[in-house]
Amino acid sequence: MQAPSTSLLLSIEALASGLFLLTALGTVAARQLLTCFHLFVWQSILLSASAALLGLALSSPHLLAVAAITLATKTMLIPWLLRKTVHDEVYRIREIDQVLNIPTSLLLALVLAGVGYVFFVEMLRGIAVPAYALVNLPIGVAVLLLGALTLTVRREAVAQLLALLVAENGVFFAGIAIVPNLPAIAELAAAVDVPVYTLVVGLLTRRIHSELGTTMVGRLTALRED
Amino acid sequence: MLLAAILLVPVCMSLVVLVSPLRRWAGWLTVLAMAATLALAAAAVQATLGSGAVSGAAGWLVCDGLGALIVVLVAFVAFTAAVYSNGYLRRRASHALSDDGGSYYPLFNIFVASMLAVPLMANVALLWVALELTTLLSAFLVGFESTPEALEAAWKYAILTTLGAIIALLGVLILYWGTRIAGEQAFTWNELIAAAPAMPPSLVWPAFLLILIGFGTKVGLVPMHTWLPDAHSQAPSPICALLSGVEVATALYVILRLFAVLNRVPGSEAGPWFIVFGVLSVGVATILMVQVRDYKRMFAFSTVEHMGIILLAVGIGSVDARFAAAYQITAHALAKSFCFFAAGLIVLALGEQRIAAVKGLGRRAPVAAVPFLAGALAITGMPPSAVFASELLILKAGLARGQYLVVGFLALFIVIGFAAIMRHATRMTFGKEVDMAEAPVGRPWSAGAAPAACLTALVITAIPLVALGLCMPAGLAGLLNLAGTAMGR
Repeated sequence: MQAPSTSLLLSIEALASGLFLLTALGTVAARQLLTCFHLFVWQSILLSASAALLGLALSSPHLLAVAAITLATKTMLIPWLLRKTVHDEVYRIREIDQVLNIPTSLLLALVLAGVGYVFFVEMLRGIAVPAYALVNLPIGVAVLLLGALTLTVRREAVAQLLALLVAENGVFFAGIAIVPNLPAIAELAAAVDVPVYTLVVGLLTRRIHSELGTTMVGRLTALRED
Repeated sequence: MLLAAILLVPVCMSLVVLVSPLRRWAGWLTVLAMAATLALAAAAVQATLGSGAVSGAAGWLVCDGLGALIVVLVAFVAFTAAVYSNGYLRRRASHALSDDGGSYYPLFNIFVASMLAVPLMANVALLWVALELTTLLSAFLVGFESTPEALEAAWKYAILTTLGAIIALLGVLILYWGTRIAGEQAFTWNELIAAAPAMPPSLVWPAFLLILIGFGTKVGLVPMHTWLPDAHSQAPSPICALLSGVEVATALYVILRLFAVLNRVPGSEAGPWFIVFGVLSVGVATILMVQVRDYKRMFAFSTVEHMGIILLAVGIGSVDARFAAAYQITAHALAKSFCFFAAGLIVLALGEQRIAAVKGLGRRAPVAAVPFLAGALAITGMPPSAVFASELLILKAGLARGQYLVVGFLALFIVIGFAAIMRHATRMTFGKEVDMAEAPVGRPWSAGAAPAACLTALVITAIPLVALGLCMPAGLAGLLNLAGTAMGR
């Protein structure tokens, strides 16, 4: 059997990129925490697939390792950690509480993503850039901005954590296209870092819940300038 | 071997103090580990002075002038904070802490290790990991007292600085891409500087801005500073000393390193960016200091001010200015840790952080009032504090470069900062006690009531703080020169 051609792999990768951006927009629009969480898992699978496709197309073992690490940490380890630390917050049906209503934040999200995308496409003009980087980097930046926006508008602790994870996925999505040969030790370290911050923030959420009886971190406003 | 040992000692100690029979001694074991780390850091400084830079662990760790300066400052403040913790925690534990301190010392040790790792990591991607770990390992220390305020502060701290780190990661990856395009293989500071002339400016500048915004959040640069006064005022006082004295400096370290890289990119100059962000932080922080109502918060804003001063000094761009910036990093680490140690004594004496509630401190707790006033004078740059000498050098370096406007603004803001802090400090020390039902009347909190460990930590910090304001030992001058060189090759 003939190996699939590089161009075919790259066009599938471009398709995955589009879906990746859609999942990020989905997390902005989601009304339920559980939906948001499922979208994050799907997004991580797309990130992993994208890394694997690029790894095959460029025959880079590093990217295949990234794909495997991403799949292991973000679709298995992190859901397990969340189940252990903040089970009730995620798995009970909960409406998300936001500072802005969802249509407004979605509109803002589209504008932000568009601006980020155009800025980075302009930035890459004039440098000899492979086509896949021209797709991945701007999309990664757009997803980073969407994550930051979601973090800002949501009041609930776990929703803010998920927003951080989405932003992080965005950066990795850009990263796999621009540095396909990052030393393996850095990949591993980054793979350790994400579960660690999930664990720390998860435990902090639990502590806040047990001490204060709420996880509406957006409503904690004892500390401010008068 | 030496550099690896600097990291291994606190990492091992964090595991040792987890063992239950040793928990009772955790405080003093930590002091022992920090003393050993400080000795190793001093040895690393000695080695760096001899050869300019040392490396270890098969090239994974390096230490040049700037790295050695940060390492020795982290080790020093960690040592004094460990001593201080022994007095502070025992006293606070009786009424305010929900925890018996079981998790405090393991976290303290591993947090110090992560701060030491930042300046020692040769690979910039690994440095990013170390810097992110400083946040994650200290989040529980910030929320240690488990009050609603402390938990709110810990949450903001963890979430905002992690978001900052994620933004900076994109910058770091783009820089790595640039190094590859320029034909360099490894991703160390030296390779980055070597690659800079061949890197496309349209890549380097977005990368720099992402890192400035991302790690600037951690440094507390305005307008990304909002979490800092919360975290640095709600943590236990010895942790405040570590956060404000040195943790912010480890994040600033990365931004300062980029100065040398940016100036080598064709057609670009980093100075104006550093100056604009510096002046903005100094200005906003000093103005916010005028109206604070919490004295630990006041010192936290002063940290934002000083980070701005250091950034601005490097932005001035001369060799003298970089030397002065390195001096300022040193003076600030000493003075700010002293201030938080003094503030901790007030917390122990009166259990209050509101300025209005501690009026008449001079009568109620003279043993806390004296160091507090001394700290306020030291951090605002009164001689013989080292801060006076370093700020004077920065102003002189600015004038020598013809930056009259910048120097004018800086001097104005330093004066506003001085007036703000001294106004609060004199009111607290000499002000008339407001009548408070729960305020302890009668017997003042005497010298005998202050924990000896806390007073020891204050004295150990005061000695170099004053000594470095009066004279500059040859060894330190050499180190500051090397550190300045690392920022501006």
